Amino acid sequence: MSVATPAPHPTGVWSWITTVDHKRIGIMYFVTSIFFLFVGGLEALIIRAQLWKPEQALISAETYSQLFTMHGTTMVFMVVMPMAVAFFNYIVPLQIGARDVAFPRLNALSYWLYLLGSLYMNVSWLWGMAPNAGWTGYANLTSTQFSPGQNVNFWVIGLSILGISSILGGVNFITTIVNLRAPGMKLMHMPLFTWMTLVTSFILVTAMPVIAVALVLLAFDRFFAATFFVPTAGGDPVFWQHLFWIFGHPEVYVLILPSFGVISDVIPAFSRKPLFGYPVVVYAGVLIGFIGWGVWSHHMFASGLGPIADSFFLASTMIIAIPTGVKIFNWLATMWGGSLRLTTAMLFAVGMIAVFTVGGLSGIMHASAPVDLQQHDTYFVVAHLHYVIVGGAMMGLFSGFYYWFPKVTGRMADEGLGKIHFWLAMIGFNLTFFPMHMSGMYGMPRRTWTYAAALNVDIYNQLSTVGGVIFGVSALVWVWVMLKGVRSGAPASPNPWEAPTLEWSIPSPPAHYNCPALPRVRHRDPLWREEDRAAIEAVTLSVPEVEPEMPNSSFWPIVVAAGTSATWMLVMTGRWWAPLIGLAFTAFGVFAWAFEDPFRKKS
Amino acid sequence: MTLRTALPAFTLLLALLLVACGGEYPQSSIDPKSDFAHSIHTLYVAIFWITLVILVLVWGVMAYILAKFRDRPGSPRPRQIHGHLGMEVLWTILPALIVIGIAVPSVQTVFRTQRTPAVSALTVDVIGHQFWWEFRYPGGRVVTANDLHLPVGRPIALRLQSADVIHSFWVPMLGGKRDLVPERARPEGARPDHANWLYFTIQEAGVYRGQCAEFCGSSHSLMGVRVVAESGAEFAAWLADMQRSEGSAADSVVADSALVAVAGAPGGAAAARIELGRRTFHAASCVACHAIQGTTAAGRVGPNLTLFGRRQTVAGWLENTPDNLVKWITLPGSVKPGAKMPGVAEAGGNFPPTNLSEEQVRAVAEYLWSLGKP
Amino acid sequence: MSDAGDHHYTSTGLPSWKIGFWTFIASECLFFGTLISTYMVYRTSSVQGPFPHEVLNIPLTSISTFVLLMSSLAMVLALDGVTRGNRKLAMGWLAAVVVLGLVFLGFQAYEFTHFVHEGLTIQRNLFGSSFFVLTGFHGVHVSVGVIWLTTLLILSARGKLPPEKALSVEIAGLYWHFVDIVWIAIFTLIYLIQ
Repeated sequence: MSVATPAPHPTGVWSWITTVDHKRIGIMYFVTSIFFLFVGGLEALIIRAQLWKPEQALISAETYSQLFTMHGTTMVFMVVMPMAVAFFNYIVPLQIGARDVAFPRLNALSYWLYLLGSLYMNVSWLWGMAPNAGWTGYANLTSTQFSPGQNVNFWVIGLSILGISSILGGVNFITTIVNLRAPGMKLMHMPLFTWMTLVTSFILVTAMPVIAVALVLLAFDRFFAATFFVPTAGGDPVFWQHLFWIFGHPEVYVLILPSFGVISDVIPAFSRKPLFGYPVVVYAGVLIGFIGWGVWSHHMFASGLGPIADSFFLASTMIIAIPTGVKIFNWLATMWGGSLRLTTAMLFAVGMIAVFTVGGLSGIMHASAPVDLQQHDTYFVVAHLHYVIVGGAMMGLFSGFYYWFPKVTGRMADEGLGKIHFWLAMIGFNLTFFPMHMSGMYGMPRRTWTYAAALNVDIYNQLSTVGGVIFGVSALVWVWVMLKGVRSGAPASPNPWEAPTLEWSIPSPPAHYNCPALPRVRHRDPLWREEDRAAIEAVTLSVPEVEPEMPNSSFWPIVVAAGTSATWMLVMTGRWWAPLIGLAFTAFGVFAWAFEDPFRKKS
Repeated sequence: MTLRTALPAFTLLLALLLVACGGEYPQSSIDPKSDFAHSIHTLYVAIFWITLVILVLVWGVMAYILAKFRDRPGSPRPRQIHGHLGMEVLWTILPALIVIGIAVPSVQTVFRTQRTPAVSALTVDVIGHQFWWEFRYPGGRVVTANDLHLPVGRPIALRLQSADVIHSFWVPMLGGKRDLVPERARPEGARPDHANWLYFTIQEAGVYRGQCAEFCGSSHSLMGVRVVAESGAEFAAWLADMQRSEGSAADSVVADSALVAVAGAPGGAAAARIELGRRTFHAASCVACHAIQGTTAAGRVGPNLTLFGRRQTVAGWLENTPDNLVKWITLPGSVKPGAKMPGVAEAGGNFPPTNLSEEQVRAVAEYLWSLGKP
Repeated sequence: MSDAGDHHYTSTGLPSWKIGFWTFIASECLFFGTLISTYMVYRTSSVQGPFPHEVLNIPLTSISTFVLLMSSLAMVLALDGVTRGNRKLAMGWLAAVVVLGLVFLGFQAYEFTHFVHEGLTIQRNLFGSSFFVLTGFHGVHVSVGVIWLTTLLILSARGKLPPEKALSVEIAGLYWHFVDIVWIAIFTLIYLIQ
C-alpha cells in the first residue's frame, strides 16, 4: 500500500476563478461564508450594543431596522446555507467515491451567483440603504407606499439571485448522489451526511421556486406597479406570509438537516460504533423533509387563520417533533456502550445535541397555538430560533469542520485550541440566547430598536450582550485554529480518526481527481470491515500510471453568473427593457458554455 | 471544565436565571389577568414541565454516557450494535403519546379562546396606525388613542383592523397577540374582508402594558398601548366624560370673556396659559389631524385627544408629563422616528413645521394636560 | 477491484443530464404551480374590470393551444429523426416545432396587445397582474425553447447532430413537452374554468 502524492494542480487567482473542481469550489464556499459570518456577526454585535440599556439610542431606529434585517438575511442565506453547501461540495463526492459533482461547471455557476447575490445585497450599506423590512419581508410593509426607498429592492433582487444559486445547487447534488455513487454503493450504504445532503437538495429544488415566485410578485408590485400585495387594490398581504413560509419552513430543515448529517457521521466515528438504527435515522430525515411542507402556518398563528387551520397546523407541527426526537435518541444510543473519544469534533456534536434539544423543546411550546400567541414575535422566539439555527445547525457545522479539517488541508487542527473554541462558543452561545427566553417572556417583542425601562428586562439584555461578545471572540479563536492548522498543523494520514466512511480511504488532502480508479463499495461503513478496507485502499491509495481525465477549467460559469445577476439588478431601473441587456449577456455566456467541450485536450 | 461538570453547571445556571431575577414585570406573559391569558398560561405551565422533564432526562442520559463510556487506553473495540427494533419503536411511540397529550388540550384551548362571546360583550374597534393605536367605542362618539379603557368582568371583543401595514395587538397580561391586517378592497357584491378578533374578560382592575408585536416600520418598538381596566361604574363615568366636552367637568372650561378676570385670580397665571394653549391649538394646524370632543377640533388623521390629561402616555411611549409633552410637540420625529406629526422646526408627514414659539408649545402642552383633569 | 475509471460510469445507468433535467423540471413544476395558485387565489379579487369573462377569448386560445400541442407532436418526430440519423426528417420536424412555437408566441402577442387595448394591464387589477405574470413567464419559457430548438436546427443543418447526440435533442424535447403541459394546465384552469 503506497500513499499517493497528489498531482500538481494549477495555482493562481485565475485558476480559482475558472475552477470547476468541487473541492476548490467547496473551499471557496467555505471561505466566503466565513466572511459573511463576520459581517452578520458584526451586525449582531451592534444590535446587542444598542440593546445594552433601555431607551438608548446608540444607533437610529432606521439603522437598527437595516441591521436586524441584514443580520437575519445574511446568517440564513449567506452563512449557514452556503457553509453547508461548502461541505456538500467538498465531502459528498468523496463520500460516494465520485470524481466530481455531476455538473462541475454548473457548480461553479452556483458559487458565483451566491457570491454576486450576497455582495449585491451588502453593497446597499454603502448608500445606507440596506434592506429594512425584516428577513421575512412581510407585505404590505414592503410595498412602495410604505417602503419607498431602494432598501427592499436590494433585498428582492439579492435574494432572487441567491435563490437561483440554491436551485441549481440542489439539482446538481441530487444528480450527483443519485447517479455518481461508486460501483456497488446502494442508497442504504451511503453515509448519513450524504443522505441528508440528498434530502436537503430535494427541499431546495422544491422550496426555492416558491420564494422565487413570491419575490417575482413583490418585484412586479415594486417595479411595475402591480397590486399583488396592495390591500387597497384587493391584494392580500397575508398571502405573502403563506408563500414565504411555504418556502420558509422547509428552509428551516435546509438549515438543520446538513448538521444532522454531520453529527450522524461524527458520533459513530468517535464512539467506534456504527450508527444505531441507520435506516430509522435515514427515514426520520426523509420524513422531516416531507412533513416540513405541511407545517408552515405555525408561523402565522397570530395572523387570524381561524381555529380549524390553527388546529391542523398545531397537530402537524407536533408530529414533526417525533422524527426529530427519534434522531436524538438514536444518537444517544449510538454513543451508549461505545468507546468515546472526546475530540473537538465530538465535543461539538455532543454539544449540538445538548443545545438543540433546548431549541426543539421550546419549539414544542410554540407549536401549541395558544401558547404561541404569547411567544410569537417575542425574544422567546428569537431564543428558540437561535437555539435551532446556531445551536443546531452551526454547532453541527463546527463539528464537521473539525472532523474533515485533516481531509481538506492534509493537516491536523490544534485540538487544544479547538477545545478552547468549543467552550467559548458554548458559553457565549448559551449566555447570549438563554436569557432571551426570559426577556421574551417578560414582554419584549422581537425587532424592537429599544425597550422601555419599565419592562425590567435590562439584566437579560445585558447578559445577552456579554454572551454575544464571548461568542464573537470564539469565532476569532476559530479562525486562529484554521490559520494555525493550515500553516503548521501536523501532517494528517488518510484516516486520522479511523473513521468508517469512504472519504477516509483516500490521501489527505485528496488528489484533484479524488481517486485513481473508482472503488467498489459493498457495505455501509466499509473501512471498518477489514476485507472491504483492503480492497478499497488498494484502489484509492494507489498511484495511477495515467491520471484520470478531469474536466477543464472554464470561464463561462462566472460570465453566466454575472449576466444572470445583471439581469436582475437591471430590473431595479424600473425600465422593462433594461433587463434584456443582461439577458443578452447571459445568453451569450450560455451559448459559449454549451459549445465548450469540457474534456477537450489542451494543446 | 469537562463536559461532565458542564451539564449540571449549566442546569444550575438555568434554574438560577429562572428564579433569581425577581422584581416587577409589567408586561409579563406569565402573569395572567384575564380568562384568555389564564387559558394560555395553564397550557404553558403544563408544557413547560413536560419539556423540562424531557430535557433533564436527555441531559441526564448524556451525562451518564459521557461519564461511563469513555475511550481509555487499551479499551477493546465496543460491541458493534446496529440497532434494536423494540427500543426504536418505544422511543417513537413515547414522544408520539407526549405530543398527543400536548396537542389535545391545545386544540381545545384554540377553539375555546376563539369562540364568539355573549351578546353582552363590549365591542371596541382597534385600528393600528404607524405608530399608534386608535380605539373606537360603540356608537362612534367615543374615540381615543393609545389608552384603551375597558371594564373588568365584562366580556370584551376587540375588532382588529389596520389603517396602513400589519400590526399586532399584544397586552400580555390580558392574553395572546393577534394581527391587525389592513382591510382589502373587495369587488362589488363580494363579502367584505373579515377582520381579526380578540376575546377576553378582564379579571382584575389595573393598568396593563402592551405594545405592537409585528414589525411595522422604524418606530415599531415605540408603539405602546396601555389598557386601563376599571370597574363598570368607573368605566361608565369615563365614557360619559368622553362624550361631554373638552374639560370633562363643565366648570373647568374658561370662557373667552373671563380670561382677563381669571388671569388676575389666584392661580390665574396657569389658567391664562391654558387658555393661550387652547387658542394656539385651535388656531394652528393641530386641528387638521386631531379632534377634541366638545370643541371644533375634529381632525381624524391623528389621535383623538379628548381627556388627554388623563392619558397614561404621550404618543404611546413617553410617560404623560408636561415636560414629555413639550418634548413631543417640539420634536416628534426625534421621539418617534417616522411619526407623521410636524414639530416646531421639523416637517412631519405632509405637514410643514409648526413654527410655534417655546411659550406657545408650553401653553399647548398645559392646555392638553388640563383636559380631563379635575 | 474497480470499474474502468472513466467519466461515463453512472449508478443508474442513465446519463446525468437526464436526471439533472428531470430534477430541474420538478423545480419548474413548483414554480408554475405557485404562479397558477396565485392566479387562482386572486381570480375573483379584482376590484375593477376588465374581468376574466369579459376579455378571455376561448375559441382563439383553443387554436393557439392546438398549435402548441401539435408542436409537441413535431418534437417527438424530430427526436425520432435524429435518433434514426435521418437528417432531413430531423431538420424538417425541428423547423416545424420552431415555427409552431413562433405561431403560439404570435397568438400570445396578439392577445396581450388586445387586452391592453381593452384596458387590462398589469397595473389595472389583480386579474391583470396575475394573468400577465403567469402567461408572461410561460411565454418566456416558450421563447427560450424556440431559441434552444433553433440552435439545434442550425446544428442539424451543419451535420453536427448525429444519432449519438440524440440526448441533447431528447432533453430539449423534455423541456418543450413540459412547457406544453404547463400550458394545458393554464388553458384549463384559467380559460376553461372561469
